Amino acid sequence: MEYLNIVFQEVYKILFLLVPVLVSVAMVVWLDRRVWAFVQKRQGPNVVGPFGLLQSLADALKYIFKEIIIPSSSNKVIFILAPIVTMTLALIAWAVIPFSATQVLADINVGILYLFAVSSLGVYGIIMGGWASNSKYPFLGAIRSAAQMVSYEVSIGVIIINVLLCVGSLNLNDIVIAQQNMWFVIPLFPMFVIFFISALAETNRPPFDLPEAEAELVAGYQTEYSGMMYAMFWLGEYANILLMCAMGAILFLGGWMSPIDVYPFTLVPGAIWLILKILLLFILFALVKAIVPRYRYDQLMRLGWKVFLPLSLIWVVLTASYLFYFNLLPVN
Amino acid sequence: MNISRFFKTILMTDFIGGLFIAIKELFKSKKTINYPFEKGKISPRFRGEHALRRYPNGEERCIACKLCEAVCPAQAITIESAEREDGSRKTTRYDIDMMKCIYCGLCEESCPVDAIVQGPNFEFSTETREELYYTKEKLLDNGDRWENVLEANIKADNIHR
Repeated sequence: MEYLNIVFQEVYKILFLLVPVLVSVAMVVWLDRRVWAFVQKRQGPNVVGPFGLLQSLADALKYIFKEIIIPSSSNKVIFILAPIVTMTLALIAWAVIPFSATQVLADINVGILYLFAVSSLGVYGIIMGGWASNSKYPFLGAIRSAAQMVSYEVSIGVIIINVLLCVGSLNLNDIVIAQQNMWFVIPLFPMFVIFFISALAETNRPPFDLPEAEAELVAGYQTEYSGMMYAMFWLGEYANILLMCAMGAILFLGGWMSPIDVYPFTLVPGAIWLILKILLLFILFALVKAIVPRYRYDQLMRLGWKVFLPLSLIWVVLTASYLFYFNLLPVN
Repeated sequence: MNISRFFKTILMTDFIGGLFIAIKELFKSKKTINYPFEKGKISPRFRGEHALRRYPNGEERCIACKLCEAVCPAQAITIESAEREDGSRKTTRYDIDMMKCIYCGLCEESCPVDAIVQGPNFEFSTETREELYYTKEKLLDNGDRWENVLEANIKADNIHR
């Protein structure tokens, strides 16, 4: 009985996190389409529900009732597994995101490493989907995606090292609390910019949406997917985008802390501040989608390896020497 | 790479300029209309769904001269006629195959009594092909339904003829 009680308690906690995340993923898809449309002076989805807010639910309903087509020459097990992996990995990462000093599902001491590891694993879903489809375009899309994600993960890793040098802890709550006096976006602004661009590449957003460049690759690794399996890829993708926004908010924008440490602002719960910061970053994601053309593949690789990697490495050296010289290194 | 280009790239001036333009456009009025709820303005000459009109006293205008049948380039119109009890010539059958029709408006042009007209309705899609074989009843019904608009449109276009 005792054992069951603990299990149920944990399940409730997980559901309490998971359901809002899934709902906000649906809402965020609507927001993305709406912002995109508004920049192009279109209306965007505005029919289903107030302001079209329920559009994503209508889409999901449509996907549920659609037939799932599994190509006869595909590797069926991996083909079915791929969207599941993508979505699961996008969701389990939320376990370590702190919504306030106490509201965190798993307050582990290697939170940022866990986050980084899980977001790196995300590429497996795509490779599995592309390979198991046993078809040209998904395969090429998956290869591109793998190369792209691996290249940009390197610079994201180095950027995280920058932040960790200033914090001295891998715990996400410690990272947030270390920004009490000054958000890291101010001293590490170039790193924030590089992180944002790398996050775009990491989540296959325009201008780095080469894996699904429709002019060249139909829909990339998603080409053979249909119905609910396609919807799961789509949910996983947006959950990943939200996760990247959350990561940016925690690493650079002070996570759940209020922007100013004065009376009326500190009353607002930390979760609200974090959500607002995630939304701000997401709207930037959506705006970027509306204004930039797609990169060429060699330009993408050049940017990742020849610009971002050396730049972030140099910044690590700079940060480290600055902290060392002024004796500011955090000591535990 | 020259110096100014280098700084332009590093500071991402083009990108930030684009971002500000995007934010400015975000709040401007929309250029598209909210289709099923509001529709674009159409000319009085618009060639939409066909209709057979009546005189104000309820008498059919069509005199079964079959000019429209003859002029129809897609041969979408089929007419059969007979003498009515009062001696006037009327159609017993007036069918338009809306799938053959190319909406050229020649039937409307050729009609000497303004009986067959193309109205402003462009939303008459159906779920089966059979529903697109328009019969005389359907066409007369259309005429009754759209008469106000049809009359206004013919009047508005009359000055240009």
